[in-house]
Amino acid sequence: MNKTLRSLILAAAAILPTTAVLASEGQSLRIATEGAYPPFNFFTADGQLGGFDIEIGRALCAQMKANCEFVAQDWDGIIPALLADKYDLIIASMFITEERKQKVAFTEPYQKSAMTFVVPKDSDLKDFSPKGLAGKTIGAQGSTTQGDYLSAMFPDSDVRLYPTQDAVNLDLASGRLDAQVGDMIPMLEWTQKSEDGACCVLAGAPISEAKYVGEGVGIALRKEDAALREQLNQALAAIIADGTYKAINDKYFSVNLLTLQK
Amino acid sequence: MIDILERFSGQLLSGAGLTLQITLIASLLAFCLSLPLALLRRSPSAAWRWPVRLYVSFFRGTPLLAQLFLVYYGSGQFRVPLTEAGLWWFFRDPYYCALLTFVLNSTAYQVEILRGGLRAVPSGQIEAGIALGLRKLELYRRIILPNAYRIAFPALGNELILLLKGSAVVSVITVLDVMGQTRRAFSQTFDLSVYFWAAVLYLLMTTIFVLLWRRLERCLTRHLHCRSAQPGKRRGLFTRLSTGVAP
Amino acid sequence: MEWLSYLSFTGGGWGDELLRGLGVTLALAAASLPVGLALGLAVAALGLCRRALWRGLAASFSTTIRGLPELLTLFIIYHGVGLALNSLLKWLSPGATPVELSPFLAGVIALGLVFAGYSSEVWRGAWQSLDRGQLEAAQAIGVRRLTIFRLIELPQLLRLALPGLGNLWISLIKDTALVSVIALNDLMRMANVAVGVTKKPFLFFAVVCLVYWAICLLCEWGLARLEQRANRGFEREGRAA
Repeated sequence: MNKTLRSLILAAAAILPTTAVLASEGQSLRIATEGAYPPFNFFTADGQLGGFDIEIGRALCAQMKANCEFVAQDWDGIIPALLADKYDLIIASMFITEERKQKVAFTEPYQKSAMTFVVPKDSDLKDFSPKGLAGKTIGAQGSTTQGDYLSAMFPDSDVRLYPTQDAVNLDLASGRLDAQVGDMIPMLEWTQKSEDGACCVLAGAPISEAKYVGEGVGIALRKEDAALREQLNQALAAIIADGTYKAINDKYFSVNLLTLQK
Repeated sequence: MIDILERFSGQLLSGAGLTLQITLIASLLAFCLSLPLALLRRSPSAAWRWPVRLYVSFFRGTPLLAQLFLVYYGSGQFRVPLTEAGLWWFFRDPYYCALLTFVLNSTAYQVEILRGGLRAVPSGQIEAGIALGLRKLELYRRIILPNAYRIAFPALGNELILLLKGSAVVSVITVLDVMGQTRRAFSQTFDLSVYFWAAVLYLLMTTIFVLLWRRLERCLTRHLHCRSAQPGKRRGLFTRLSTGVAP
Repeated sequence: MEWLSYLSFTGGGWGDELLRGLGVTLALAAASLPVGLALGLAVAALGLCRRALWRGLAASFSTTIRGLPELLTLFIIYHGVGLALNSLLKWLSPGATPVELSPFLAGVIALGLVFAGYSSEVWRGAWQSLDRGQLEAAQAIGVRRLTIFRLIELPQLLRLALPGLGNLWISLIKDTALVSVIALNDLMRMANVAVGVTKKPFLFFAVVCLVYWAICLLCEWGLARLEQRANRGFEREGRAA
């Protein structure tokens, strides 16, 4: 019942002004993530947030000696809510793109980025050009780089944008989609490690056009919090240097996320 | 604000077309289904009454969003049997899933409205019909149903508006209705005026619909308004509809 | 019986999460109700004013709210009010610390507004069917306006408006499901989370439907009892005995 209580208290607390983010020791930070993007961020069976993003966030907080609290936020509203001061950071495997940089600031990348097509195992699709996929049904999560990529590049296909990655996976597995475009790493994990992902395989060449995948995956924060950004960059460099990053990386993935190499 | 309208007006209008299309098709199908079910609901035999009662109660007692998820994502779990039954092409498409859900939902509401209409038909008129020796079918066709539909008419209009507004949930299963286009545009621009224009569009649709429905209602109940209709030249259906009251 | 384990209340089962979600759903509905009732009554009172301006204001509020999809109202409140509030705050005092609008509070405001829009019509209808003679009699013996409202009008209003308000309450409970779309961990959203992990959409959405159905049936039963109680001393038609 304690979540009910917490939401009631949150509702009450929401009326009071929250303390501004100050770059000082012992600061408290609210971090948003999506919670529907395994293995980066997801809900465990006991309803808690977990995953690579969460652990990186915790490691950064420990390095900065900050008190952190994670909140789950829908992807569609994740940037607007940051701008509306609902939380201070987004650690949710977000690509650093030009369009997003106009709204928010990013730290240095903490993962390298690429996208890929995924198709059902029995699919005979070979040609992943706009022409080859004309008339096909392709899915992706909305408000994402892969969604923008599909909307911009495949005007002749039936492009469907879903609220969560889970929903895209569900519909690819059930055969509603002919193909989907997703981030390389989660798609690799999904197809190789999960029961339902066994339906499908990666296909085509990796998509790495900088226009769509940007410079990598970063932590988003408001532009005015420049001091916080500096602190995060230092903390990130520190956890990469002392091996904390590698330990978390190896717990979840067989490839190194900073290089996308084995 | 205006620049947002210029940039997205095409998408918003195509969304409005889809919203109207889903609403109209679903409500027409529900309109056809609701009459036999409403009659069953009034059947003297409990074996006929109870299934309809349960169906109506379930669809009126659960959120439309939950029903939509049950039909759309739920059917995905039964792909193999559905393919074998030759039905998968239907459930594969989010548009058809939304249509099915809305038909089921709206039928339940319309059955309940029609039941109220049937109950409110003045018993004197029915008795008069029986006294005239009308057969059961005649009785329904000439006395009971016209009365019941006239009584239920305003409530049916409300139900249509509720369905029009309720159809916004299809945006959650990737259908690009007004709401879907709006959310897509908002995620590209983070500009709140998109929501403003969507609100204007919905208000326009509901207001026009309310005005049309009132006209239609006046037209249907014109025998109650003008007692001394002048014999004159016959007018076409369109003129009668557009003036509401036949002079 | 494998599916039962998905719903168990321990460890890997989702029963406890769904129950927590149900708690949030009920808390949301319960918190929106007083907001909607009071605001609806105020709008109805405004709609019965002599000044055309107030009447127009009340009418446009209820028409707008009733003409918009609840989902859109919710998005406008959630995304819009937060930004508007903060820019207002910055304009008033540039150094002010920003406030935040939680999904729960946004839900309460949006659902409260929707409830107010519809309930103002119910209140107005009830108000207009009050017996004018009672009001005049009370004024004739010199009772103050506020006392008239409290002792004569309100008790009768509650009785007359009860069936309409009851229906709105049931709609309100169903509308709470929409708040799952803006990331409040209500019953609907917990089911979505469970589906994401277990890939058993039919099971979880069916369970969620059944839970909502049970709540609605329970409320219908309670409302029928309440109406019976409010109408004691009246004939079935609701006319004075």
